[in-house]
Amino acid sequence: MITIESLTKSYGGFRAVDEVTFTARPGRVTGFLGPNGAGKSTTMRIVVGLTPATSGSATLLGREYADLPNPGREVGVLLDASAQHAGRTGREVLNIAARTMGLPKSRVGEMLERVSLTEEEAARRVGNYSLGMRQRLGIAAALLGDPEVLILDEPANGLDPAGIRWMRDLLRGFADGGGTVLLSSHLLHEIEVIADDIVVIGNGRIVAQGTKEELLAAGGTLVRAADQSALVAALQAAGLKARPGASGVVLAEAGLATVGAAAFAAGIPLTELRAADSAGLEEMFLALTAESQRDHLSAEGAAA
Amino acid sequence: MTATTMETTPVTTARPERSVPAPIPFTRLLDVEWRKMFDTRTGFWLLTGVGILSLIATAATMIFGNRETLTYDDFAAAVGIPVTVILPVLGALSVSSEWGQRTSLTTFTLVPSRGRVIQAKFLVIVAVGLASLAVAFGAGAIGNLVNAGIAGVTPDWNISLGTLSQIALADEINMLMAFMLGVLLRNSPGAVVGYFVYALVLPGVSGALADAQQWWMDNAGWFDLRTATIPLYDAGVTGEQWAQLGVSTLIWLVLPLAIGLRMLMRSEVK
Repeated sequence: MITIESLTKSYGGFRAVDEVTFTARPGRVTGFLGPNGAGKSTTMRIVVGLTPATSGSATLLGREYADLPNPGREVGVLLDASAQHAGRTGREVLNIAARTMGLPKSRVGEMLERVSLTEEEAARRVGNYSLGMRQRLGIAAALLGDPEVLILDEPANGLDPAGIRWMRDLLRGFADGGGTVLLSSHLLHEIEVIADDIVVIGNGRIVAQGTKEELLAAGGTLVRAADQSALVAALQAAGLKARPGASGVVLAEAGLATVGAAAFAAGIPLTELRAADSAGLEEMFLALTAESQRDHLSAEGAAA
Repeated sequence: MTATTMETTPVTTARPERSVPAPIPFTRLLDVEWRKMFDTRTGFWLLTGVGILSLIATAATMIFGNRETLTYDDFAAAVGIPVTVILPVLGALSVSSEWGQRTSLTTFTLVPSRGRVIQAKFLVIVAVGLASLAVAFGAGAIGNLVNAGIAGVTPDWNISLGTLSQIALADEINMLMAFMLGVLLRNSPGAVVGYFVYALVLPGVSGALADAQQWWMDNAGWFDLRTATIPLYDAGVTGEQWAQLGVSTLIWLVLPLAIGLRMLMRSEVK
């Protein structure tokens, strides 16, 4: 269980994390979703005590991180898979962590096996690892102490699709055993595949949170016509909440039949009409985090 | 868009209650930090380098020195060079590489108390300094014995135990200067270059200044730590020289170390 309450971090006048409040529960995989620079990593660093918070609190299993007597045995942390000494072998990285936690050496071999790193790979220096191998090593280090909570920052980065599936199964198994998982990603697809609960952050603020099903259901209806603005106007005239999305689609907060009827009444021929599902979540993600999207800013600049 | 809460989320399984693990004992931190000194390629070769250079220095002293008159002092001076120049780099890297290689992320998540980690590093550095001095003095002793055997003279052990511990103190000050630079700068190239400026460049500058200025020549020991440590290599250090050593150590070692530690404790680990 991770409880974050009104967490705020200011750098001068800039609020990197702004009144962030959410809970990651045991038995669930909580996905922390946001574009680059939204405040995900800063929030995670505050939770594990590497960055001091300006205000607010974060507790793990009811205690602050600094008060955990042997943190590795209760919380597995992977903040940056590349943050390892390039001159150490993969096995040595785990040896050091195991020694610090007071674990038997046999645990290192078990974990290497669990993340599918071979003996030969483990004997290589981390400087020669691919990003995917570093992620596996980082996961092994996080799991080493048999923790109750996992905190993983962009763990799927550098993994191929098979690797992402492997990670999903691993985290699923961990959560099913009663563990708490908090993982971040800037890719909606990864979060959709892995997470049960989703917390969306943009510009340091939480913009939406809920279970995956809730957020998907909130996606509404995706509808498309040759004339996007006419369709939006028609649906709004019919009293529906509708807004234009990317590449000519319109997203409406209403059922399929209602939307179809409204378009028919306005005499607009539709080219597509379906439940929004993940497209809705994606639209939501892009819309909610629009201000922090650099593309958006540059696109506006180009248009002007 | 509706923002919903997760209040309704059912908890699928509850883990069996687990006992809180025992705190990490300090001896374990010492063990881990000791290991981290040597388990990288850099650490391994720096230490091996000190060993090899001690042997080379000993051999060179025998080959090029006048065998009839060589004493233990000559050997100790020769093996002292790799210990003064190379070993402190290890001291600087033990702290700075945590930031340079970003292993601090792992180190301080496994041990949230930064003070304990730095304390452990400090003690390990001092121990490594003593251990390698023992190796270097040992190499010198072997050289002295072998040389005496070859030349057919009685080996001359003209260094007292007191002077040996003074030399050890001087070398430990060098080690800790490098350690201090590692703590203060938290940047490996900066700390290593800084140490070499201190160990190799400043003595020349101070010497030139002393040549030009009588006042500096008389008083440099109060301000220049390198000048203040030179008397430690000979017997008969005066009370004033000890006082000079104390003052300049305070200015150049203790004070910057205190500032560096304060910054390190508060800094953000990225």
